[in-house]
Amino acid sequence: MTQAMPFDSGSDDVLTTAAAWRAKGRQVALATVVTTWGSSPRPEGSQLAIDDTGAFVGSVSGGCIEGAVVKEGLAAMKDGRPRLLDFGVSNEQAWEVGLACGGKVQVFVEPME
Amino acid sequence: MKRKILEALQAAREARRPVALVTDLATGEQALLESGEALGDLRLADDALAAAMQVLERDTSKAIDIGNRRVFVHVYNPPSRLIVVGAVHIAQALAPMASLMGYAVTIVDPRRAFATDARFPTVTLSDDWPDEAMEKLSPDRRTAVVTLTHDPKLDDPALAVALKSPAFYIGSLGSRRTHASRLQRLTALGFSEAELARIRGPVGLDINAISPAEIAVSILGQITEVRRKDAK
Repeated sequence: MTQAMPFDSGSDDVLTTAAAWRAKGRQVALATVVTTWGSSPRPEGSQLAIDDTGAFVGSVSGGCIEGAVVKEGLAAMKDGRPRLLDFGVSNEQAWEVGLACGGKVQVFVEPME
Repeated sequence: MKRKILEALQAAREARRPVALVTDLATGEQALLESGEALGDLRLADDALAAAMQVLERDTSKAIDIGNRRVFVHVYNPPSRLIVVGAVHIAQALAPMASLMGYAVTIVDPRRAFATDARFPTVTLSDDWPDEAMEKLSPDRRTAVVTLTHDPKLDDPALAVALKSPAFYIGSLGSRRTHASRLQRLTALGFSEAELARIRGPVGLDINAISPAEIAVSILGQITEVRRKDAK
């Protein structure tokens, strides 16, 4: 039997995990899908939390760009600055990591205080 | 994200209060919006505040342009609710499917043998009389109500409360004939034709559903159709 899932937008449990990691003293960055074009697999508001070991929960795509987002998350933890990332078929990096759906997504990555 | 914002956001979510987190995508400055008030280092003018509150009302997170700034409005609403009256066979399919879709499901049935934890392991059960249960649950505009008993003693009192609420969906199981006599009884209670037109009956999309699970799909299809009508 399935569990009743405590979320609407598909992001709530990610934020709670991020908060729990932070409370344990781990460095954490949070990535959020802020804009989508075309057939993106995850809607606006979808989130991914990353800790300082590179472990992550959640998703911002169907698995295509998570690797690149984790890398930027680790960088955001180091320099303390947020960044806005664009992924799409016209983007060399996304092409490389294979955003096969043909859509485009914009992901905001921020360090958590 | 500042610690203060995170704490306020988590507290609001825990208390099931609707809030929106507004983030300036260039600077990372943020403001947490609740009931028209903003907390945080991102300064928002009145028109910006109104635009962000509108996104919260519409219940879908999105990026908007405010002046020359681009901000992301992240909507954190509590889960939408589905209230099911009648712990019947269809409810056993409807409840887990609705949970998968993100609804917080409550099943109301005063008949103890029906509403047991063993039959409904993942939902909230109420064995109050339907009108009392419905008054307590107080359906809002993010709530769907479905009656499944086709017993007037149970369905009618629940429908009477639902019709006085802003519930976004009201559906009632029963044949055309059952539904016609239901409308007559509710008319006698003083409901107008326009008010009664809110009730979807026979309930669900017409997909030739036969089994309880198929009927659940048709009901949830219709609930989705109504809920997302503005999404395109």
